[in-house]
Amino acid sequence: MEQQLDGQKPVQKASPEMIHSLFLINHSGDIFLEKHWKSVISRSVCDYFFEAKEKAEDPENVPPVLQTPHHYLISIYRGKLFFLSVVQTEVPPLFVIEFLHRVADTFQEYFGECSESVIKDNVVIVYELLEEMLDNGFPLATESNVLKEMIRPPTILRSVVNTLTGGSNVGDTLPTGQLSIIPWRRAGVKYTNNEAYFDVIEEIDAIVDKSGTTVFAEIQGVIEACVRLSGMPDLTLSFMNPRLLDDMSFHPCVRFKRWEAERVLSFIPPDGNFRLMSYHVSSQNLVAIPVYVKQNISFLETGSCGRLEITIGPKQTMGKMVEALMATIHMPKSVLSVSLTASQGSYTYDITTKILIWDIGRLNPQKLPNLRGSLSMQTGVPKPEENPSINIDLKIQQLAISGLKVSRLDMYGEKYKPFKGVKYLTKAGKFQVRT
Amino acid sequence: MSTAALYNDQGAAEAAVEAGQETTPTSSSSGAAFGLFSTDFKKNEDLKEMLESNKESLKLEAMKRIVQLISKGKNASELFPAIVKNVASKNIELKKLVYVYLVRYAEEQQDLALLSISTFQRALKDPNQFIRASALRVLSSIRVPIIVPIMMLAIKEAAADLSPYVRKTSAHAIQKLHSLDPDQKEQLIEVIEKLLKDKSTLVAGSVVMAFEEVCPDRIDLIHKNYRKLCNLLVDVEEWGQVVIINMLTRYARTQFLNPNINESLLEEGSGGEKMFYGSDEDEDEDEKEKKAEAAAIAKRKPYVMDPDHRLLLRNTKPLLQSRNAAVVMAVAQLYFHLAPKAEVGVIAKALVRLLRSHSEVQFVVLQNVATMTIKRRGMFEPYLKSFYIRSTDPTQIKVLKLEVLTNLANETNISTILREFQTYIKSMDKDFVAATIQAIGRCATNIGEVRDTCLNGLVQLLSNRDELVVAESVVVIKKLLQMQPEKHSDIIKHMAKLTDNIQVPMARASILWLIGEYCEHVPRIAPDVLRKMAKSFTNEEDIVKLQIINLAAKLYLTNSKQTKLLTQYVLNLAKYDQNYDIRDRARFVRQLIVPTEKSGALSKYAKKLFLALKPAPVLESPFKDRDHFQLGSLSHLLNAKAGGYQELPEWPEAAPDPSVRNVEVFTLLERVTTLTSVPEWTKCSSREKRKEKKVEKPFYSDSEGESGPTESADSESDSASTTDSASASVSEESESGLESESEEESETEEEEEDKKEKKNQKKEPKKPVQESESEQSSEEEDRKPEKRSKKLKSDSESDSVEDEGSESESSPSESEDFESEAVVTKKKKAAESKPPSKSVRKEEKKEKKEMSLLDLDDFEPTPSPQVTPVNTLLSNSLATDLEGLSLSDSILSPATIIPSGALKNYELLHRITGEGLSVEYCFSRQPFSPDANMVAVQLQFTNNSTSDTKNLHMEDVRLQSGMRVKEFPEIELLPAGEMTSAVMGIDFCDSTQAANFQLCSHTKKFFVSIQPPVGELMRPVFLTENEFKKEQGQLMGMNEITEKLTLDVKCRNEHAIVQRVTTAANLSRVPCGSDKECSPPVPPPDYPVHRFAGRTVTSSSLVLVTVATREEGAAQLMVNCEKMVIGTMLVKDILLALTQ
Repeated sequence: MEQQLDGQKPVQKASPEMIHSLFLINHSGDIFLEKHWKSVISRSVCDYFFEAKEKAEDPENVPPVLQTPHHYLISIYRGKLFFLSVVQTEVPPLFVIEFLHRVADTFQEYFGECSESVIKDNVVIVYELLEEMLDNGFPLATESNVLKEMIRPPTILRSVVNTLTGGSNVGDTLPTGQLSIIPWRRAGVKYTNNEAYFDVIEEIDAIVDKSGTTVFAEIQGVIEACVRLSGMPDLTLSFMNPRLLDDMSFHPCVRFKRWEAERVLSFIPPDGNFRLMSYHVSSQNLVAIPVYVKQNISFLETGSCGRLEITIGPKQTMGKMVEALMATIHMPKSVLSVSLTASQGSYTYDITTKILIWDIGRLNPQKLPNLRGSLSMQTGVPKPEENPSINIDLKIQQLAISGLKVSRLDMYGEKYKPFKGVKYLTKAGKFQVRT
Repeated sequence: MSTAALYNDQGAAEAAVEAGQETTPTSSSSGAAFGLFSTDFKKNEDLKEMLESNKESLKLEAMKRIVQLISKGKNASELFPAIVKNVASKNIELKKLVYVYLVRYAEEQQDLALLSISTFQRALKDPNQFIRASALRVLSSIRVPIIVPIMMLAIKEAAADLSPYVRKTSAHAIQKLHSLDPDQKEQLIEVIEKLLKDKSTLVAGSVVMAFEEVCPDRIDLIHKNYRKLCNLLVDVEEWGQVVIINMLTRYARTQFLNPNINESLLEEGSGGEKMFYGSDEDEDEDEKEKKAEAAAIAKRKPYVMDPDHRLLLRNTKPLLQSRNAAVVMAVAQLYFHLAPKAEVGVIAKALVRLLRSHSEVQFVVLQNVATMTIKRRGMFEPYLKSFYIRSTDPTQIKVLKLEVLTNLANETNISTILREFQTYIKSMDKDFVAATIQAIGRCATNIGEVRDTCLNGLVQLLSNRDELVVAESVVVIKKLLQMQPEKHSDIIKHMAKLTDNIQVPMARASILWLIGEYCEHVPRIAPDVLRKMAKSFTNEEDIVKLQIINLAAKLYLTNSKQTKLLTQYVLNLAKYDQNYDIRDRARFVRQLIVPTEKSGALSKYAKKLFLALKPAPVLESPFKDRDHFQLGSLSHLLNAKAGGYQELPEWPEAAPDPSVRNVEVFTLLERVTTLTSVPEWTKCSSREKRKEKKVEKPFYSDSEGESGPTESADSESDSASTTDSASASVSEESESGLESESEEESETEEEEEDKKEKKNQKKEPKKPVQESESEQSSEEEDRKPEKRSKKLKSDSESDSVEDEGSESESSPSESEDFESEAVVTKKKKAAESKPPSKSVRKEEKKEKKEMSLLDLDDFEPTPSPQVTPVNTLLSNSLATDLEGLSLSDSILSPATIIPSGALKNYELLHRITGEGLSVEYCFSRQPFSPDANMVAVQLQFTNNSTSDTKNLHMEDVRLQSGMRVKEFPEIELLPAGEMTSAVMGIDFCDSTQAANFQLCSHTKKFFVSIQPPVGELMRPVFLTENEFKKEQGQLMGMNEITEKLTLDVKCRNEHAIVQRVTTAANLSRVPCGSDKECSPPVPPPDYPVHRFAGRTVTSSSLVLVTVATREEGAAQLMVNCEKMVIGTMLVKDILLALTQ
C-alpha cells in the first residue's frame, strides 16, 4: 500500500466516488437523460465525447475510455445508445464498463428493450432504478431479482391502471429481509406451475479460409435458465460429460466448490431468466463445422462489374437439420448494386451500408442453395484489392454440437415436483469464411 | 460550450412537449405552450399547485414530472419548498421521488434542506431495514456542512445496525462524509476499523472502498482482517470483490516478498525481450547487474512464501470463473503482480474468455493482455488463434489484437502469423491494413530469420493499388533497410521510382531520406531524384520539403559535381518558403555545406554531421513498460497517472513481521485445553505457542532415522503432484484460512522440518527455515503447527485434493505423517505380511486417529458410554500398539462418542441368496486408514454352508463418477461354519449413491450393493461451543435448514437425544456451555440445546446439528451444512430418529 502523504493529494479535490454521472446519448448525439449521483457535472463534458465520436465514424470505434482535462469518460455502446459515465478518479475501467452493461441489461429486462423511446417513456422507473443501483458511485443493488422487489417493472396493464389511478411502480411492501442471505433471489416466490427450463446454447466461432480449411474454430456455450419455482429450491444440474468443458464462468449462485469437487452445478436459482453458466469447449476436440461454403467472388479488371457465386452445403450436421441459414457479406464500397438469383431464399442489398444479406432458411441437402449473379461497380474506380468475407448464421435445433449432455436435474429443499426441461441449440457465432 | 447550450435547448423543447402530453389526462395543465421560458415557468406553477394539493396521486404525478425535468438536466430548484414538505409522506413511491429530488438540490437550498433532517432522523429508527438504509443514504447525500455531526452520529449508529444492508449503506456514507468534511477523518477511521471486522459479505466490499478512500495508508487496519477478507472473498458481491482484490494486491506488495526473486530473472525479464529489442543492450546490462545483485541477495536468503501470500493467491483463483469481467480482470492483475512466475499462466484462459464479451470489455482486456504479453509471452502463446482478427471486429479491437499477435510472434509461430497477416493486408479497413504493415515491420525487426521474407513481402506491397498501403509500406521498409542497407540497394532503387506515384507526404519523405542516406549505394539515381524533386519543390508538403533539403545537402557533400547547381536551386527556393522552419533549415544547411570565407570551422565537419552512421530505429511495442501501472487500472489504460491512482509499491526487501496478521481468538479455549490436559487439539493463539508445544514431544527423534529413506522416494512425487492440486483445492478450504494449508506435504520434508523446528526453537521463534525446496515446502513450514493442531482437531481437512488423489496413487492427498507414522509403518509391516507396495504405504497413513478416544467426561454432564472401537482391519496387537503409541504422543482424536449398540448392521447378502454365505455390513465409524476420504465399511462374512468358501474377493466395482472403493483384502479361506470380517473403504463423494460390486468366491459371484445412510458420510469433529457458533454463523441462509418437531416420549432426556442423534449420524457432541467449563458444573438450563458437529468425509464440509428443546417435548432441529443435499437428508434422518 502506498504511503500516501497528505501533502501529495491534489489541492483540487477530486470526488472519490467511482461513477459520478451518467449520460444517455442517442445515435444522433442528443443527450436525452442525465443522472448525477453527486454534484452536477455540466453536459458540456460530453463535447469531448462527441469529438471522439465524430472522429471514429463508426460508433463501435469510439474509444470506451476518454480523457478530458478534469474527467474521464467511460462509455459503452448498446442498442444504438451510448451510456456515458463520468468519473473523476482512478477506477478500474472494466468495473465501470461492466456496471454500465448491467444497467443496460436491467433496462432490457424491465422494458423488454433498451431504446431511447422506451427509456424516455419510463423515465421515472429508470431514475428509480439508477438510484438503487448506485450509491455514492458504488454499485448497490445490481441483481434484477432484488431490484424487481423494490421497483416493479411496468406491464402494459399496470401502466394503464397507473395513469388512471396514479398508482405506483414501487412495491407496496418493502422487502423485509433475505437480502443478505441470497442476494440474487427474491423472497416469497410463489407459482402455481413450478417449472425449470434450461437452454444449452452453443455457438461455433470459426474462421474458414479461402480453400475451405478451418483456420480457427471453437465452441462457446451458455446455459440460459428460466426458473419459475416457488420457495427456495436448491437445484443440482449434472452433465453426462462434464469433462468436455474447458473453461467456464458462472452466475454467482453456482457453488464453485461443488463444481470443483464433483463437476455438478449446485445452486439456488434466481427467480426468472438468468444465465447459469457460460463455457468454452476445449479446443483439442475437433470442432464440427456444420456447413461448407463454396464461393467465388471476383471483380473484373475492366468493365466495372464483378461476379458472385455462393453455394452452401452440409458438412457435419450430426444428422440434424440446419435452419435459419443466412449469409452476410460486407461488399467493398465500390459495389453499387447487385443483380443476383437465389435458388432458395431471398437476398437484400443495402446500398448505403454495402451489406448483402442472403436469407436462405432451411438447408436442403438434396438441393443445395445457390446464389449467383453479377455485381455492378462504380466506374472509373480501380477494382477492389480485397475480397469481402462471408459471415454465416445458422441454427441447429436439438443439438449441442460439442456433444454436451445434461444428465439430470434434481431439486432439494422444496416438496413439490417441478416440471423440468432441457433444450439444446447450436448456432453459428462469429463464423466467418474468408474469400 | 455552445453545443451544450444547444442540447439544452433541444432538451427543453422536448421536455416541454412531453410534459405537455403527459399531463393532459390527469391535470388541467395548459399544455405545452411554445417559447421555452414561459413553459417552464407555467409548468412549475402548475406543479406547485399539484404538490400542494391533498391528493396523493396529484403529488405523485407532479413528482414524476419533476423527475423528468431533472433527467433532462432542467432546473427544478424553485420547487424545493413545495417538495420538501412531502418528505414525510407515507406513500413509498412519492417518498422515493422526493428523496431523489432532495439529493439533487439539497446543496443549493441548504436552509430548506434542514427542514427535512428530522424526518430522516426518525426514519433512521424505522423497523424496516430498507427505510433505515435509504434514510441514511439520503441524509448522507445532502451535502450540507451543518449536518456533519448528525451524519456522524447516524453513521456510527448504522455501523452497529443489525442489518448488514444498513451497515453497507453506512460504509458508503463514510465516504460521503469524508468528502464533505475531511476533518472528520479520525472518527471515520474508527468506524471503518469497526466495520472492517464485520463478517458480512455484503459489507466487506463497501468498507474496503471506504478504507481506500479515507485512509489507504492505514495499512495496520488491514492486518487483523487480512485472513478474514481472503476467506470471505468468494462470497462477497461482485463489485466488492473488485475493490478488495485491488486493495489486497497493494497490501501484498508491501507485506510479502517477491516470489520471483529466486527465479533467474535474466531469462524472464530481459532475456525474452532481448532478442526482441536487440538494441536495448546497454539498458539490459544495467538491469542484469541489478538482477544479478538481487539474485545474489536471494541466494543468501532463500525465498519462503508467506502462507498468507499463498492464502491470497489461492482464495482469489476461483474468482477467475466469475461472470463479471471486472472481477476476472482484478484477479488476473493480482496474479500478474503477485504470483510466482510459474503460476501466472492460469489467468490466460480466463482473459481469453473475456474476448467473447462486449467490445468495450474486449478493448480493455486486450490492452492489458498486450502489456502482459511483453512480460510473459509464453502465457498466451497457446491461445494465439484466439487473437485472430475477424473482418467484423471494430478497428480499435483489430489494432489491439494485432499488437498482441505481434508480441506473441517468435521463431516457431512467425510463419503462421505472417500468413495470417497476409489476409489482413487485403482488408477493406485501411487503418487496419496500415497497422498490419507496421506489425509486419516489427516482426521483421524482432525476428531476424524472417527479416528478408518480410521485406520482400513489403516490397510487393509497394505495387499495391492503395496509396495508403504503399505509403505505410515505404515507411516500414525505410526502417527495415536502415538495419542492413548494403544488401538492399535494388529495393532502394525500386523505391526511388515510386516518387513519381506516391503522393502521401510521409512516404515521399521517407523515400527521400532513404535515398539521401544511402546515396552512395545508388549513385546514379540519387541526383536524378533530386532533379525531379527540385522541380516539384514548391508544391510539396513541408515534411517533404525538409527531406528534399536534406537530400540535396547530402548529395552536395558526396557528389557535388553533379548536384551543386541543383542544391543551390533548392536552397534558393527554400529561402523564400512560407514556412520558417524550411527557411531556417535552408539557411543552416547552406552555411554548413557551402564553404565560404565566413563559414566557420563547422563546415569541415559537415559530412560527418550529415552522413553520420545512424542507429537503426527500434520498433517496439507501445505497451512496453506499461506494467509499472497496476494492470486493469484506468492509469494503465491511459498510460498516464489518473487522479487518485495509488502506485503499486515495489516489493519490500525484507518482509515485515507476518505475525501482525495473527488474530487472537481462542484464548478461552486454551485455558480449557490446559485444564483438560489435552494440549493440542485446539487452535492456539499464536504459532509460537503451538511450536513450543510441539517440541516438547520426545517423539520425533525416534522416527527419523528409520523412515527417512523409505519415504523419500515417495515424497518427491508428492510434492510435485500436489503443487497443482493445492491451488485447485482452494475452494474446499475457505472456511478457515488458518486451516487451509494442511496438504502439500511430503514426508521427508516434514521430518526435516521437525528437526529444524526444534533447532529453531532453541534459537528463537520464527525465522524462515533455510531450505532449498520449492515454496510449498517452505510454506508448510509455517503452516505446520496450525496444521498439526488442526489435524488433531479433525482429521478431515486433508481431503481436498481428493480429485488428484483418486487419480494417481502416488499422490496421497493426505499427509498423516505424524512422527508416529514411521513407527506405525514398521509395526504394520511386521503385522502384515504384504509387501509394502505403494498403496500399502498409502494405507499406512493415518492409522492412529481412531485409536484413542478422548473421554469427554469433563465436558459432558451425562457421559455417553464409550465403546471400544470395532477394529478388525488391524490385528489386535497392532491396534493396541498403536493405541499406546498415539496415547503416548497425546495425539488424541476428537471426541467421538459412539453410543453402544449404535452400529446398525445391514444385510449385504442373505444366507439363501448367497447359497450359504451371508454377509452383513456396518459402518464402523472408524476412519479408514488407507484413505481418509473413504468411509470404512466393516463386512462380516458367515459361512453357513457345509463346505469351505475360498478366495472371497470383490470384482467389477461399478460406481458413480468420482466415487472410489478400496477393496477388502482377499479372504483366502472361510471354513464352513466360521465367521470372519474384513474392512473396505468407500469414498461416496458425499453422496448417498450406492456402490455396486460383485462379491466373488472361488465358485460363485453375487451382485451386491452398499448404500450409506447420510449420517455415515461424515465423521465427528470436535468443536467447542464458541467455535460451533462461529462456524454456524458462517453457514447461514441457504446452508441452514430448520425443522420443528415433537420429540418422541422416550426421547426427552438429554442422554436419549444425544444417543439418537449420534446413532443417526456420525457426529460428535459439542460440549455445552464450554465457556463455563472451568467452574463447577452449573445446573443445566431448563431447555437445553444440544449441538453436534462433524465433517463430511470427502469434502470436509462442516455439518452442524443443533437440537434445541422446548417445553413439552417440542424441539427445533437445525442443520447447517454447506452441502444442501446432505443437510436436507440429514434433517430427515435425524427427525426420524428423534420422533420415533
